[in-house]
Amino acid sequence: MSTLEIRDLQVAVEDKEILRGVNLTVRSGETHAIMGPNGSGKSTLAYAIAGHPKYTITGGQVLLDGVDLLELSVDERARAGLFLAMQYPVEVPGVSVSNFLRSAVTAVRGEAPKLREFAKDLKNGMDALSIDAAFAQRNLNEGFSGGEKKRHEILQLELLKPKIAVLDETDSGLDVDALRVVSEGINRFRASGDTGVLLITHYTRILRYVKPDFVHVFAGGRIVEEGGPELADKLESEGYEQYTKATA
Amino acid sequence: MGLNEKPLSTLHEKASYDLADFDVPTGREEAWRFTPLSRLKGLHSGKAEATGQLVVQAFTPSGVSAEWVGREDPRIGRAYVPADRVSAQAYNAFEKALVITVPKEATPDGHITVELRGGGADGASYGHIVVVVEPLAEAVVVIEHQGSAVYADNIEFVVGDGASLKVVSLQDWEDDAVHVSHHHAQLAKDATFRSFVVTLGGDLVRLSPSVSYTGPGGDADLAGVYFVDAGQHLEHRLLVDHSQPHCKSNVDYRGALQGEDAHAVWIGDVIIRVEAEGTDTYELNRNLILTDGARADSVPNLEILTGEVAGAGHASTSGRLDDEHIFYLQARGIPFDEARRLVIRGFLGQLIERIEIEEIRERVMSAVEAELAR
Ligand SMILES: Nc1ncnc2c1ncn2[C@@H]1O[C@H](COP(=O)(O)OP(=O)(O)OP(=O)(O)O)[C@@H](O)[C@H]1O
Ligand SMILES: [Mg+2]
Repeated sequence: MSTLEIRDLQVAVEDKEILRGVNLTVRSGETHAIMGPNGSGKSTLAYAIAGHPKYTITGGQVLLDGVDLLELSVDERARAGLFLAMQYPVEVPGVSVSNFLRSAVTAVRGEAPKLREFAKDLKNGMDALSIDAAFAQRNLNEGFSGGEKKRHEILQLELLKPKIAVLDETDSGLDVDALRVVSEGINRFRASGDTGVLLITHYTRILRYVKPDFVHVFAGGRIVEEGGPELADKLESEGYEQYTKATA
Repeated sequence: MGLNEKPLSTLHEKASYDLADFDVPTGREEAWRFTPLSRLKGLHSGKAEATGQLVVQAFTPSGVSAEWVGREDPRIGRAYVPADRVSAQAYNAFEKALVITVPKEATPDGHITVELRGGGADGASYGHIVVVVEPLAEAVVVIEHQGSAVYADNIEFVVGDGASLKVVSLQDWEDDAVHVSHHHAQLAKDATFRSFVVTLGGDLVRLSPSVSYTGPGGDADLAGVYFVDAGQHLEHRLLVDHSQPHCKSNVDYRGALQGEDAHAVWIGDVIIRVEAEGTDTYELNRNLILTDGARADSVPNLEILTGEVAGAGHASTSGRLDDEHIFYLQARGIPFDEARRLVIRGFLGQLIERIEIEEIRERVMSAVEAELAR
């Protein structure tokens, strides 16, 4: 049983205040969807939790099972059980996918996986996400299509088995088939044990595959409305206009 | 606007076997302005006496000969004429030269190794090596520099018609070594030359690889990686002189620098002369600056004297480690130091991967790994 607790989180980028007091608790077994207009600060929330150096925490706390993540380095947060699937995964030249994944799994588990076991896990994971085996030898994210990058993020999610996963627009840029494959991966992760998911999205499309327990509307750097899955449908038909007006 | 007949640069005008033709450099000369002369231990001033202990050993596969010959041997100095003061000093001071010959059409089983092991940086040593690859022969030469020395030398690679030579030169010196070296390759018609330079150790290393062509169809590829630590001066000065039509050259050097006063210098000169129509050339230097206090000077220079080139370009970049790369790796639990190593290894590894012979590629990779683990 794990809990991610975000308390009154305030974040600035280059002296510009972006997050204005975010409160949110994600427990294992729960899936939370965050929806909101462009520029409302959704990625800022994700990156700030993960510890990206560009974001300055100006107030608040982020606790994972009582441990203040904000006190930890980026890699320590990941090893504590946090995972961030990025909106725009970066290309890292010269670092092969297999080498990267082995390093990451070793770091997170605290010991090197047995070579044969790792090879098997990797192959199964790639098969399940319809990722061609040749990707293991390619450079990390280099020349991957948008959809391939997103599948590769979910592959990492499944291999690293975090406690809490933050998925930043993992659904954007996916065609219908890829969306289904990726959603199945997320659902496997949800079913795999005590795991919580914070899913950031613009569209209700993915929520038909990955059913949220809670929906939060994000606007102007904070959560402005909360509800159950029905809130997503309301957003779908009415849009964000009422919220953007209110915060402008 | 007409094209010049002669290169504007005067950097490569002078060549002579006679030491007296070269003044002792002061550091103001274009060719010497980056090199800290005070750390050359007298190699440039004639004050470095040849009392050093450097052991040179050659290991050759069958069918390849290696001979130690006297200064008067006619094979010496045929392909290369010294182009600067230290080179001329070395040319005039060596006692015996190593001549390696790969006979016509030979394809020896395995590579040639030349090991140079310095026994201390007290006295200087001077050397000369000639590698002759006769027409249609193919050879691989690995040159390994280790230990400590104050050493100046010239190496001539004479690649015959349709022949192929691959050279890996590893400068894995101890911290106090000083090494100034010229590697000149002369490519006959349709000859192929591949050079891979790895410079990791030494207080001061100044290596000048150059290429000339004596017939059309020659193809030269010069790659190099270097890792500069605090206080080290590692300088690579490349010259490709296209004087024949339809030849190719490609230069790609990459380095990483870290620590106070880590200094890398890369000079990449390519001349395409009037008669070198159809030349295809590209040169690239990339530096990864890992800490404050490290400096990379990178000067590409392309002089085109003909209107008929197939392709010519150059680029030079110097940058820091990308925060986004490090963040991505750390966000997957990989600690900072390891993330950094992965990225640097990736940066240099992309070049090292091009070494075709697995054993040598792994030897080079492990030397770089050892450097990264320091
Ligand atoms: N480096 C920066 N400098 C200045 N402003 C920035 C910087 N990075 C982000 N911002 C601003 O922060 C705000 C929030 O951006 P963020 O990426 O968190 O939005 P988002 O909700 O994820 O949007 P999207 O739906 O487009 O992904 C935006 O107004 C953006 O312009
Ligand atoms: Mg975003």
